[in-house]
Amino acid sequence: MNYIYPEYEVVRNYARCIVCRACENQCANCVHRYIESENRMESKDDDCVNCHRCVTICPTRALKIIKSDHTFRYNSNWTGKTINEIFKQAESGGVLLSSMGNPENYPVYFDKILINASQVTNPSIDPLREPMETRVFLGSKVHKIKRDSNGKIDTSTAPQLDLSVPIMFSAMSYGSISYNAHESLAKAAEKLGIYYNTGEGGLHEDFYKYSKNTIVQVASGRFGVHKSYLDTAAAIEIKMGQGAKPGIGGHLPGAKIVGAVSRTRMIPEGSDAISPAPHHDIYSIEDLRQLVFSLKEATDYKKPVIVKIAAVHNVTAIASGVARSGADIIAIDGFRGGTGAAPTKIRDNVGIPIELALASVDKRLRDEGIRDRVSLIVGGSIRSSTDIIKAIALGADCVYIGSAALIAMGCHLCRSCQSGKCNWGIATQIPNLVKRLNPSIAYQRLVNLVTAWNHEMREMLGGMGINSIESLKGNRLMLRGVGLTDKELEILGIFHAGE
Amino acid sequence: MKINAKNIEYRELNQLIKKSKGDITIDNCIGQRYIASGLSNKKIKINGTPGNALGAYLDGAEITVLGNVQDATGDTMNDGKIIVHGSAGDALGYAMRGGRIYVRGHAGYRTGIHMKEYETKKPVIIVGESAGSFLGEYLAGGILVVLGLSGTGMVVGNFPGTGMHGGKILLRGNRIPQSLPPQISISPIEKGNFGEVETYLREYCEVFSLDYEGITKEPFFILKPNSSNPYHQMYVTN
Ligand code: SF4
Ligand code: SF4
Repeated sequence: MNYIYPEYEVVRNYARCIVCRACENQCANCVHRYIESENRMESKDDDCVNCHRCVTICPTRALKIIKSDHTFRYNSNWTGKTINEIFKQAESGGVLLSSMGNPENYPVYFDKILINASQVTNPSIDPLREPMETRVFLGSKVHKIKRDSNGKIDTSTAPQLDLSVPIMFSAMSYGSISYNAHESLAKAAEKLGIYYNTGEGGLHEDFYKYSKNTIVQVASGRFGVHKSYLDTAAAIEIKMGQGAKPGIGGHLPGAKIVGAVSRTRMIPEGSDAISPAPHHDIYSIEDLRQLVFSLKEATDYKKPVIVKIAAVHNVTAIASGVARSGADIIAIDGFRGGTGAAPTKIRDNVGIPIELALASVDKRLRDEGIRDRVSLIVGGSIRSSTDIIKAIALGADCVYIGSAALIAMGCHLCRSCQSGKCNWGIATQIPNLVKRLNPSIAYQRLVNLVTAWNHEMREMLGGMGINSIESLKGNRLMLRGVGLTDKELEILGIFHAGE
Repeated sequence: MKINAKNIEYRELNQLIKKSKGDITIDNCIGQRYIASGLSNKKIKINGTPGNALGAYLDGAEITVLGNVQDATGDTMNDGKIIVHGSAGDALGYAMRGGRIYVRGHAGYRTGIHMKEYETKKPVIIVGESAGSFLGEYLAGGILVVLGLSGTGMVVGNFPGTGMHGGKILLRGNRIPQSLPPQISISPIEKGNFGEVETYLREYCEVFSLDYEGITKEPFFILKPNSSNPYHQMYVTN
């Protein structure tokens, strides 16, 4: 007996349906079925994840998905969601597993912050006729002027990443997403003059050609990490934490370790890929420093090392330690960050919003006089050009986008990546599903998105009378809060609107 | 080429090593870290005590240490050989995926954790005396051998093979470790039947001038995982 009534219902307008069976063919969850005797389509709502693939493909727009109005007796403590979760666990004995970012109703501070514009006394700048600098460099900055024995200034700097816009594609491993998705991200990064990130699944041999735009990740499982992987990258990211599952490791089930994914991770087909929560060789900042420097030594100090941490309660102290570990860049991932799979309860309850984490980390590093030692990247979740402007004004140097990039490629945020049956060819390794994502189209969509955001950011910068991203960085006077408490305003370091 | 490591810092020492042609002998090594990280195609002999992360990401070079090594030796090593005549610190061969590490003495905590193998790439660690707790945690591939050559007690500490889902661990002696996780099966090795491990054991004995026959006369146990998907049943889609 299945206790759970389907969450979504497939509504088919039979007057429009021409029984072309396209939906049947397109749904990897086998929701649609052809009834031959009646020459009619039928659907099994239980398996629908509301991914809109069939809806989009249907040539006569005969399909739509609606949220079921089937309900439990009203109870604001025991919601239908909670009851269903208990049913699932009572049935299986399993840990609830979900994907993509935290969907719960926590405050989104970006939506409670407003951006300034200048008028009259400090005129705005027209980005269509004036130069507007969105280029940024990430890496440790020179904090003391050094001179050689002849008194000449030493102009050497630590290695830097050079980006045309302060946006990068965040870590998503080959294995959690498809070959075609990786290719699209790599190509788009190259075209845009930014970077994409391999995640912890190694780097497929075909993508070494994008090395100039590639950040490689080193995580606790060290999958696919070897000398040429490190050598080829523009930067190396040590993954200490992930916003969607702070304190929790990664676990790619053996079923997804097939073919090239197995080769790229360098583990046998069908074997689980387990990245435990901690690096079992890192128990202190000193240990982290050792990993940072072993990577720098192995790559001759030519590449910046990024340390990625999750936004948790004591993120400021952690970031301060990381800044002293020799890392060149700190990436902070907020609790709304996406994931290919995470225990639901952790995804939805652990960590803190990125806006607060960013504001406090930036302040702490400035207070300690070490802000210049590192660049700050924030992610989880950045949804628009305004989120970026606000993040930069709160102190970020750059942002990571993951979910937004996937959505640009066609992800419909059905949050069922963990099933491995992504109907949009993104979070899957099934060849006929992967084929659905055409890298030359998806790459163009990514380029379009970032280009559009860049235009919007230039407009907003111009509106503020600012002509470069650098001048916006940490410029919190450009922000005002609405509907925020004094404490929230204090942490964000901004005034309330009207002040 | 000979390098006197006395009074030089690790960065300078490593640059000297990278720049030098041919085989190298390092004398008076005194705790310099990251020696030979990522190196291929070199033979290095070290007199003294190298610091942490010796041979990290090693990619084919051969290192012989006449002395002890510290923590994180052979971290994420890909290929090559590390031979240690003394003992090793913690996290020896972390996430190693190829090559061999032979230690004549003891090894510390968390030896060979996260080791993995792929096709012909198969990492091997052989420890002459005992290994500390958490030996072969999350082992996904490769071979770990602990010989307990001169001891009479347990050759490993607590919790060997936790989360192990590939590879094998061989323990010499007749005492079975207590705290074995349920996903591990343990069985005695039939006399002399070491399979692929024999080559490595013979090489180990040759390197340290030990008597192969004498050593392999003793009983051995082999630890293997029951499943390559230990956490399979743990989740339900939500
Ligand atoms: S899972 Fe997707 S393709 Fe299948 S019926 Fe539902 S919306 Fe359509
Ligand atoms: S990547 Fe695919 S499976 Fe995951 S949320 Fe997007 S559409 Fe759904």
